[in-house]
Amino acid sequence: MKRPPLLFLNVLIVATCGLIYELLAGTLASYVLGDSVTQFSLIIGIYLFAMGVGSWLSRFIETGLARRFVDIELAVAILGGFSAPLLFLSFARVSYFYAVLYFIVFAIGVFVGLEIPLLLRILKDEVEFKELVSRVLAFDYIGALLASILFPILFVPKLGLVRTSLIFGMLNAGVALWGTWLLRPLIKGRITGLRVRSIVVLVLLLVALVKANTLTSLAEDEMFADEIVYAKDTPYQRIVITRGRAGFQLFLNGNLQFSSTDEYRYHEALVHPAMLLANNPRRVLVLGGGDGLALREILKYPSVERITLVDLDPDMTRLSTRFPLLAELNKHSFENPRVQVINEDAFIWLERTTDEPYDAAIVDFPDPNSFSLGKLYTTRFYRLLRNRVTETAGVSVQATSPMFARNSYWCIVRTLEAAGFVVKPYYTAVPSFGLWGFALARSSPFEIPAKPPDGLRFLDEQTLAAMFRLSKDIEPVPVEINRLDNQALVRYYEGEWKRFE
Amino acid sequence: MNRREILAAFLGLPVALAACRESKTPSLPPGEIVGASDIFGHRLRDGLRVDVPSDAWSDVPVVIVGGGVAGLTAAWHLQRSGFEDFVLLELEQAPGGTARSGSNRVISFPWGAHYIPAPMKENTALISLLDEMGVVEGKDKEGEPIIAEQFLCRDPEERLFYKGRWYEGLYLHAGANSDDQQQLEKFNAEINRWVAWRDPKGRRAFTLPVSACSDDAEVTALDRLSMAEWMNQRGFVSPRLRWYVNYACRDDYGMTLEQTSAWAGLFYFCARVLRPNVESQSLITWPEGNGRLVNHLYDKTRSRIQLDRAAIELIPTSTGCDLVTLDQQGKAPRGFHAKYVIFAAPQFMARYLIRPYHENPPPHIAELQFGSWMVANLTLKDRPKQNAQRDFPLAWDNVFYESESLGYVVATHQRGIDRGPTVFTYYYPLCDENAPAARTRLLETDWRGWADVALTDLSRAHTDIRNLVERLDVMRWGHAMIRPRTGFMWGQARREAAKPFRSIYFAHSELSGVALFEEAFDNGLRAAAEVITRLASSSS
Repeated sequence: MKRPPLLFLNVLIVATCGLIYELLAGTLASYVLGDSVTQFSLIIGIYLFAMGVGSWLSRFIETGLARRFVDIELAVAILGGFSAPLLFLSFARVSYFYAVLYFIVFAIGVFVGLEIPLLLRILKDEVEFKELVSRVLAFDYIGALLASILFPILFVPKLGLVRTSLIFGMLNAGVALWGTWLLRPLIKGRITGLRVRSIVVLVLLLVALVKANTLTSLAEDEMFADEIVYAKDTPYQRIVITRGRAGFQLFLNGNLQFSSTDEYRYHEALVHPAMLLANNPRRVLVLGGGDGLALREILKYPSVERITLVDLDPDMTRLSTRFPLLAELNKHSFENPRVQVINEDAFIWLERTTDEPYDAAIVDFPDPNSFSLGKLYTTRFYRLLRNRVTETAGVSVQATSPMFARNSYWCIVRTLEAAGFVVKPYYTAVPSFGLWGFALARSSPFEIPAKPPDGLRFLDEQTLAAMFRLSKDIEPVPVEINRLDNQALVRYYEGEWKRFE
Repeated sequence: MNRREILAAFLGLPVALAACRESKTPSLPPGEIVGASDIFGHRLRDGLRVDVPSDAWSDVPVVIVGGGVAGLTAAWHLQRSGFEDFVLLELEQAPGGTARSGSNRVISFPWGAHYIPAPMKENTALISLLDEMGVVEGKDKEGEPIIAEQFLCRDPEERLFYKGRWYEGLYLHAGANSDDQQQLEKFNAEINRWVAWRDPKGRRAFTLPVSACSDDAEVTALDRLSMAEWMNQRGFVSPRLRWYVNYACRDDYGMTLEQTSAWAGLFYFCARVLRPNVESQSLITWPEGNGRLVNHLYDKTRSRIQLDRAAIELIPTSTGCDLVTLDQQGKAPRGFHAKYVIFAAPQFMARYLIRPYHENPPPHIAELQFGSWMVANLTLKDRPKQNAQRDFPLAWDNVFYESESLGYVVATHQRGIDRGPTVFTYYYPLCDENAPAARTRLLETDWRGWADVALTDLSRAHTDIRNLVERLDVMRWGHAMIRPRTGFMWGQARREAAKPFRSIYFAHSELSGVALFEEAFDNGLRAAAEVITRLASSSS
């Protein structure tokens, strides 16, 4: 007879799917919650335990085994297939994430645990018991091997987590549909209902697969070296967080904002010179910096009583408050009562604010790759800023790479000067970015501060001093001043980065 | 007329066919026709007779008729000169004429004129106005005024939509061949030649205001040619160059190349350039356009201004001029015994208002021809989606190559508001050869017709526009701008029109031949100065 060998193929597929879901959950959990040892250990434990529960529950299924088997396949297809998209959507809220994660892992475990005992019972009349146990379990473990090999080398890199999950869900649903023919003689009564259900599940998963492309396109997945663990189109920008072996990265409109492995170099360099120059500042202004990483550095100064952070995008600051990876990295700075967040275009805010002058200002905008960002680097903007800080306030500005975008870098420096600031240019190496440039500014002449606070990871007295010694290849070049009515910077920047695209 | 006929009349048959094929009757957003009450104007034209009770007369040395830019400037100048005893009468509820503006919960927006080029140092009166407004920050080494950055049109200034894509600038560089390129260079060389040109008295050929331009025969000869003839003589046949120059004429004068005086055409390109081979003077603009200038002038003179008060008859007397006035409802008659009148309204109205003109209108009045414009303000809940990745982004001024309209300006641009709701001001000049026919076409098309024209035109570049527009209001300007036709700039009529009639002094941009803020301003100043001189001589 033909049926048993084909049913063993079923076992193989079912086993592969089951393990894939487990791996997906483990990967997603360690992406979002970090600490992969704990996450994988917990998920494997819960999953295996749930399978045990499922096996035990199988005894309560007395009749209609084949029909139940098809139903269970469909349940696994739905739960497993939608597991990654669901987890993906609940990323931004950690409490939801835990709930969805453990519910899904447990439920899948229970249903997968039901599969093998039921199959054994279905086949027990057709195959000798000794033969049956050896074959079913062998195929089960082969499936596990297949899954664990293909998952890291094929599915994650080529398809990404969401698509992998949906495709395996469709595979499960396919097994269910196929089962309605394979097990036809064993299924009593009408079979159309089962087939319709299977097809509905298949179609649902297919629709989700198509929709997944609107969430993150395959092209976008290809663009990023690492797995996308969060993606959202806000009214202002596209936020993407990727997670790889070395850490995680934040991208805005496809441009890297930081990598968790070396952002401390960037943020220490950005924040401390201005804070030191300001000399025990009480009130600090942060323009941009919605990731909260500059806040983390500023909060190291006990003199700080109030920080006003102006960032355009409420989704960004919300994400930095709630998304566990980010919130941990910025040391939950947004929950600090000294921090006040204003979600507004900094240009508009500076024009309308009547706040009393700030003692320090950290300007951390994305690179000037559009006219709407370009206005945040103009003489008009810097003049407004100068009116909003004290005469002795330290101001630092992220100023793109003096190496890759030398004209752009010096354009920012000269524009600050044209707005009346005294400026000292400096730079440092941030491996994810290359050489990165900043400008330290004050309304009145100043000496470069010498002594950074203790306990930093990157800056000490020597590195601080070295940052201000410019090497020959990034020395000043003659540039135009960036004004609202010429947007010279956007044009420099466009020309310079085009060479690297 | 049905929908297709209206669209065909204003946007061309292919567009009408395409639009009518897509959807039978697309729904329109809320909106209305706003502004100028032409009914009252027509009643005046048809001869309204009013008796003013004897206790409703008052003596005022100077009455200004018309609260557009010329009238407001005259008022501003009288006041600035220490002369406070005057009244300004404006027919509408708001001052400003074609430079007026509106506002909603999103932003202020223009209803007409929306920028001025930064003045050169010679235009001291305008500089002092801008200085008073806090727009001027000082002088550079050459004495040219420094304009505060936030009032200079923010980059990107202009973009052009051509065959499905947006390009930077107004001249279509994409796809230009070497011949196009050469003709553009030759055209620029001609412009540079005129920018450098000076007459024996040291005057420029073209500058702002027109009254400061040279009247040397070499320059005024240009007025006897149309801009098209001038271009033909020089072999400027490149379609994109002709489009560009034609656009300039439509934009500033509401006329085509063929209709515009070559003097006026060159004036557009030369009058705003400081010296050869430099960019035109930067543009000064505000969200509400020149409404900002209007509001400033109005604020300074508010106590002397009577809105909703129309002069309906001017009767010159042995001691000056009597004025009969009414409110817009045709009620509350009031009279003024004035020594002098500054008539700061277009002279086609003088025909109906000045009593001796009823029977014998001076012949020059018929020569002052006005173009018609439709202006629509569209309130959008969000910006249109960018279609192509490489499209040049939304600019201040956004123009369609293949359209009879002039495109639209974005009110939020200058404020630096780059996201969310905004207001687009859409401009459509009616460039018919026959000015009264254009006016009829303008006024016979109702709100639905004009709203559909604007939306159909805009949807060529912004397919989502109909879903974004929350409100669309329409202003029909029957007499929007004086038309600088061939021969008009340096002809007899313009000179005659500027001469006072008994105690009535004229002040309106029409007297300059080109409808620009600077010209209305210049005429207002001149008329006020003349009246001040006369007052001084009569009192001494």
